[in-house]
Amino acid sequence: MNPRRKKRLFALSAIITIIAMAVGLMLYALNQNIDLFYTPSEILKGKNGQKPQPGQRLKIGGMVVVGSVQRHPETLDVSFKLTDTGPEVTVQYHGLLPDLFREGQGIVATGVLQSASVIKADEVLAKHDEEYMPPEVAEAVKGIKHVKPEQAGAY
Amino acid sequence: MWKWLHPYAKTERLYQLSSTLLPWFSIAALLLLISGCVWGLMFAPADYQQGDAARIMYIHVPSAILSMSTYAAMAIAALIGIVWQIRTADMAVAAIAPTGAMVTFVALFTGAAWGKPMWGTWWVWDARLTSELILLFMYLGVIALYNAFEDKQQAGRAAGILALVGVINLPIIHYSVEWWNTLHQGASITKLSKPSIDPAMLWPLLINLLGFACLIASLSLAALKNEIIRREKHRPWVQQLVSDI
Repeated sequence: MNPRRKKRLFALSAIITIIAMAVGLMLYALNQNIDLFYTPSEILKGKNGQKPQPGQRLKIGGMVVVGSVQRHPETLDVSFKLTDTGPEVTVQYHGLLPDLFREGQGIVATGVLQSASVIKADEVLAKHDEEYMPPEVAEAVKGIKHVKPEQAGAY
Repeated sequence: MWKWLHPYAKTERLYQLSSTLLPWFSIAALLLLISGCVWGLMFAPADYQQGDAARIMYIHVPSAILSMSTYAAMAIAALIGIVWQIRTADMAVAAIAPTGAMVTFVALFTGAAWGKPMWGTWWVWDARLTSELILLFMYLGVIALYNAFEDKQQAGRAAGILALVGVINLPIIHYSVEWWNTLHQGASITKLSKPSIDPAMLWPLLINLLGFACLIASLSLAALKNEIIRREKHRPWVQQLVSDI
């Protein structure tokens, strides 16, 4: 490689290295703000030594605890518990839930922290995992019986 | 070692090569995309959780993966153009950028259309979606910068440096779902372990991935041919070409 090309290659690598370092440091500094949501244990135990305060608007992401979904018989009010590894946080919500919402499903809710472990949500989004399989396979592997909505009985 | 590449620094030889390759990539793209889409959209099984809505992945996943690969290809061309100062490499950058922008837009659009029924929202500012949007802006920036200069040699250098700086975004997009909490799920195919997609759904997806790659190649080649003609219109061989038609 002739010296002029070598010089250009060197200058270019220097520019890119410096910018990569700058972006890296920026992302590192913003680290906790880039996370889309708090997990339930982060809400109860704090994240990087900071506990969210009641009245704070935040997003929470976790699994819906099986058996914890309570629907109000006459209104759209619904409450359920979210967990990740241990502690549970209660979410209260008024409105329609996404199709994918079910017990054991990961969801992300946006709302205001009412007390240490209660959130009043105004938006509930469903999160799905990266596994895709036909219903028959899911039944065999995971023991999940999928029923089409039109075949399901009324609750 | 790279001697066989040297003839393609000449615009005329590159134009001939593009003309030879273009029909093959176009035919391959057409066949692969038709078979992949028919198989994926009509015959592949529905997902156990998402039902038929998951079928949009046969468009979304290839376009999202290839939006990043296309950027990498553009950046390699930019590197060659800047370090070795080969004009045809700059032309390749200018040709690949609009194709890449289009593919990125398709990925974002199909992602939004998939997000609405499944997640419950068109858009959320999580790390994966935001970094993919930045990728679209990088493509648009490269296009804008290239067209901003009257002197195409300067244009190629400026756009090339921007394209190379944007490479930093690629690992961020790929690892965003691992580094941060996101609404977007983790990788299903582009990981070292076994794909977490059932084989019955994986095959049409891979066919479409290859089909999209051929489509991107043929669109870029067509754009490259146009760019060569546009920049070399005063050369004798181009005028010969025009008078032959």
